[in-house]
Amino acid sequence: MSTQYVLEVNNLNVSYGDFLAIKDVDMRIREKTVTALIGPSGCGKSTFLRCLNRMNDLILGTSIKGEVLFKNHNIYGSDVDATEIRSRIGMVFQKPNPFPKSIYQNIAFGLKVNGFTGDMDEAVEKSLRNAALWDEVKDRLNDSAFALSGGQQQRLCIARALAIEPEVILMDEPASSLDPIATLAIEQLVRNLRERYTIVIVTHNMQQAARVSDETAFFMVGENRSGYLVEHDGTQKIFTNPDNERTEEYITGRFS
Amino acid sequence: MVPQNDTTRINLSPRRKFRKILGAFFYTIFLLSVCVGIIGLAILLFDVLTKGIPWLSWHFITEYPSRHPEEAGLFSALMGTIWLMVLTAIFTVPVGVGAAIYLEEYAPRNFFTRFIEINVANLAGVPSIVYGLLGLALFVYLMDMGRSILAGSLTLSLLVLPIVILASRESIRAVPNSYRQAAYAMGADQWQVIKGVVLPSAVPGILTGTILAMSRAIGEAAPVIAISALVYLTFIPAHPMERFTVLPIQIFNWVSRPQEEFRGLAAAGIIVLLVILLSMNSIAVFLRNRYQIRSEE
Repeated sequence: MSTQYVLEVNNLNVSYGDFLAIKDVDMRIREKTVTALIGPSGCGKSTFLRCLNRMNDLILGTSIKGEVLFKNHNIYGSDVDATEIRSRIGMVFQKPNPFPKSIYQNIAFGLKVNGFTGDMDEAVEKSLRNAALWDEVKDRLNDSAFALSGGQQQRLCIARALAIEPEVILMDEPASSLDPIATLAIEQLVRNLRERYTIVIVTHNMQQAARVSDETAFFMVGENRSGYLVEHDGTQKIFTNPDNERTEEYITGRFS
Repeated sequence: MVPQNDTTRINLSPRRKFRKILGAFFYTIFLLSVCVGIIGLAILLFDVLTKGIPWLSWHFITEYPSRHPEEAGLFSALMGTIWLMVLTAIFTVPVGVGAAIYLEEYAPRNFFTRFIEINVANLAGVPSIVYGLLGLALFVYLMDMGRSILAGSLTLSLLVLPIVILASRESIRAVPNSYRQAAYAMGADQWQVIKGVVLPSAVPGILTGTILAMSRAIGEAAPVIAISALVYLTFIPAHPMERFTVLPIQIFNWVSRPQEEFRGLAAAGIIVLLVILLSMNSIAVFLRNRYQIRSEE
């Protein structure tokens, strides 16, 4: 684990219109780690995640104060192109959302959009292998993505994100709509991906966070329903001996 | 009935026999309402088919109109209709789909956009003769196109544009937002998202809307009469600037003649028009069904 911070969040405040969704968040994320974001519903975990690749820009009325540094550059700076950020910080969503195209074309889309000029077949195979999906689909690359099961579709979405070789992968509850076996497959994948990528994963499932992550950040709902960061530390510490009383209460299930 | 022992229950008098009769009565009324429409249509069709079928022939489709009913055909009107439809489609589809893309994907939610939306919806209800007069003033005279197919197709384009815009907007709106999010998350910019994800999904619906708009345009006599006037043509147009006539005008022309035979010719012309219309609508329905199957996978 290197000590270089790939993502640094300073004093982040996010409002949707008049509603302050996230208040004063500071966080530093190291390269090639898995950081889990946990907390009760509505505490702003997904909002926070979406700030990291500027997906919140697409929601009207969002205003962001503070800065998010990606390798020491503020991604909200005026000279920064959001599409470049998103090609280097990828995202996987809660519900699998493959395009209504073939498996092959799903992966090829991101490559085409970013002007890939190499061997497309090879690149598609590589990302499907990295997402542990190649063996299951190699004979039916031209089938519709919808022919796959839920777990396979989610791995396809991960493969799609991996195709353009981002540096960070953001996952918003990637396994919450999947059955337990598919969930385990995703978790295994996340553990393997850690060798090459920095991963930030939002999860409702504390056991999952404990199994999969190196560091855990616990968010809570504060006054006026604004979310804030309570504690961020190594996963072992958070789950066995957290500093903050609120963290302990959440971990032990006194509220969820 | 099942005996009830509890005598302390509240007093209910549901009048079940009466309600059954009332139910049957309303069912009959609603059924008759449907029948009125169907019977009316059936009588019309029967009349047209019995009068027109004797006059249908290959000769009928390939010959020009004539004073003599036995020699008359609707070739010039048929070609004029086809010319007009093709040109109208060429103008309407890019403009209509483009407007829909702008309104759904780019336009900010402000008063100006709302104003445009209201106007487009209202334009769909303007009587077609108004479009005819507009076309006459603008295309035929002001822009000096004369009474040409070009002027006619531009006028019809204006007429059906709101239909295409509305249908295209519906199709674009129906594309799930999750697809757009996935595309943006991979670093696509707005045009790439529209071109690569939104439009391909929306195309079947757009196509259906276009065909339905063309079905409407094909039968519009009033605006075309305003543009081309009631002509009697014995040639087919060779280029867009020529004069033209269309099936509704030719049918109207024949109906206005005193001789009984022309009534039969008119009926035959109506059959040809109906066949074209039904084919276009069938294609639209077929496409819509295919689209529904694909999106429900």
